[in-house]
Amino acid sequence: MALIQGRFIDNIGRVYAIYTGGFLAFILLMAVLEQLGVGADTIGILFVAFTIAIYALIGWLSRTMEVDAYYVAGRQVPAVYNGMATAADWMSGASFVALAGGVYFGGYGYMAFIVGWTGGYVLVNSLMAPYLRKFGCYTVPDFIGTRYGGNLARLCAVIVLVVASFTYVTAQINATGTIAARALHIPFSYGVWFGLLGILLCSMLGGMRAVTWTQVAQYIVLIIAYLVPVIWMSNAQGFGLIPHFTYGEAAANMANFEAQYGLNPPAEAIAGLSVLTTPHTGPVGDYAEWKFITLALCMMCGTASLPHILMRYFTTPTVRSARKSVAWSLLFIFLLYFTAPALATLTKLQLLDPNLPTAIIGKPFEEVASLAWIQNWSSVGFLAIADQNSDGILQLNEFFMRPDIVVLATPEIAGLPYVISGLVAAGGMAAAMSTADGLLLAIANALSHDLYYKMIDPKADTAVRLIVARILLVGIGALGALIASLQLTGILGAVAWAFCFACSGLFFPLALGVWWKRANRPGAVAGMAAGFIAGSLYLYYVYTGGTPWFGLDHLRFGIVGMAVSLVAMVVVTLLTPAPDEEIQRMVEETRVPTGPAILSDKH
Amino acid sequence: MSANDAGDVRDRYWAKTRNLTIVVLALWAFFSLVVPAMVSTLNQFTFLGFPFGFYMIAQGSLIAFVVIIWVQNWRQDAIDDEFGFGEEE
Repeated sequence: MALIQGRFIDNIGRVYAIYTGGFLAFILLMAVLEQLGVGADTIGILFVAFTIAIYALIGWLSRTMEVDAYYVAGRQVPAVYNGMATAADWMSGASFVALAGGVYFGGYGYMAFIVGWTGGYVLVNSLMAPYLRKFGCYTVPDFIGTRYGGNLARLCAVIVLVVASFTYVTAQINATGTIAARALHIPFSYGVWFGLLGILLCSMLGGMRAVTWTQVAQYIVLIIAYLVPVIWMSNAQGFGLIPHFTYGEAAANMANFEAQYGLNPPAEAIAGLSVLTTPHTGPVGDYAEWKFITLALCMMCGTASLPHILMRYFTTPTVRSARKSVAWSLLFIFLLYFTAPALATLTKLQLLDPNLPTAIIGKPFEEVASLAWIQNWSSVGFLAIADQNSDGILQLNEFFMRPDIVVLATPEIAGLPYVISGLVAAGGMAAAMSTADGLLLAIANALSHDLYYKMIDPKADTAVRLIVARILLVGIGALGALIASLQLTGILGAVAWAFCFACSGLFFPLALGVWWKRANRPGAVAGMAAGFIAGSLYLYYVYTGGTPWFGLDHLRFGIVGMAVSLVAMVVVTLLTPAPDEEIQRMVEETRVPTGPAILSDKH
Repeated sequence: MSANDAGDVRDRYWAKTRNLTIVVLALWAFFSLVVPAMVSTLNQFTFLGFPFGFYMIAQGSLIAFVVIIWVQNWRQDAIDDEFGFGEEE
């Protein structure tokens, strides 16, 4: 296996070029089959099944029994590919499926997610990634446990990590289940388990190494699937090949359409579906700017504390390549996020602009009701039209849609061939699977390395450690699927919570661990515990109907958690003695890029 | 080189690294926190046909983040090399 691994690293560019070419050829083949009259359902099934089979194959080829390969992919992932893997790890079902739909319905206020999920990488690059890489840890609690010393600090970090990542992973398994159910025509409760099976195939045998190489493959699928429909629509609407710089007029005109049709709440609401009531380009309502900034800040600090992202930078060969790989990650992520508002604007235009043949608002009700895509999505309850004022015309507030389906339905709305819908389903699947993989691995590794090996049985030998890690992976995955199948939370709310949990508990202990030499163990424990508990209590208070303070609702509880965490950590640190000489020297070593890692290779 | 000199080199290296980080964080705060705070004012201007505030949030700040990270890494590599902490790739 070592021989193949070496050859693989040398030929990596060629391998992924062939893979990308093969995927494009597959799309063309599907397009040809569609022309030959193969049904839409078959094409959808082929898309999802083919891509999952490829990921599973990569997972099988990357199987390993070495600790280093299992936890950190042997620390030999080149910066560009680590950037792609991070981008896939990062862009979840929420980014791919829900983000543009959120901008479509939520308008300007929703774009705080876009700013937050990109700006966070500036924090990762300047405060965290290079220093954690120098440290040489396997997991994030590994850093906390060694920097501050003691099992209590390690345990606090493990708890925050598990809560944040588990909240996140149920949302992702939910998303894979939704897509699998629709593409394969199976009930959602089976779809969830099918999605989990695909996820485990990628990660169980090869750990971080397998996840890395499947995530690169998944990034290629998801970015093609996101860009193709937007570029296609943009051409059809006359905005040229790259719509991003030319849709300005459309965004500005949106205010005219909004005025023309009126942004009114519906006469009679339909549960679970939304109508368009928020303007596209500017803030509205009380605290609008403040709410935008606080949400963006929670997402940014959460980015810099989420372990499944930070641990991706442990896989690079050097500190410098860790930094370089953050830069590549952001570039690859940016490609999707700066397309999302364009997609939301162009889709909205398709429906609103009376000069386009696809427009439905202001058209006779009967005519709209007979459209195929309206019927398809209505039949599964994701969309509804109702002539509530009985004027025979479809008004803007009579068109109901579930925000999560905007991206999935866009190809049909714009009248694109079905092959594009299949492609988008495969892309959404890739996005949700890759994130779920990274998260499950982060949880299982923290439990197997930090809880089991470091705290319970430090003498455990390699084989036992890796078997424990795999059993945990399957167990946690099954638990996640079980909870996802109950459908307790929506995809997006759960994701925002995960970020808030992570930044409440981990942001300051991680950042100050590098940047404040004086920070000590009692301070860190206080910061993690107080921040996490305060954040959770505030979430409980707001979620059970308490009045939010200053508009800080349940999506923004990280602001409260972080404030408490910072104060607790600084006060307790200053009241207790400074860390000893050895720890201070360790911090100094962490700040210098060269020299041996703090933790030895096979710790 | 005595231990004292080595310590001195590290201190100067860290001072430069810290200053660079402070500049980066100030730029980050401007694009992620200040720009959204004045979006209504910015929306009175037009850029490439976009309301300018909307443009900054949809694209401008994102482009700024990408540029900030690439420039930061370029400067940080230069600082590493200056003090002999640069690594072979």
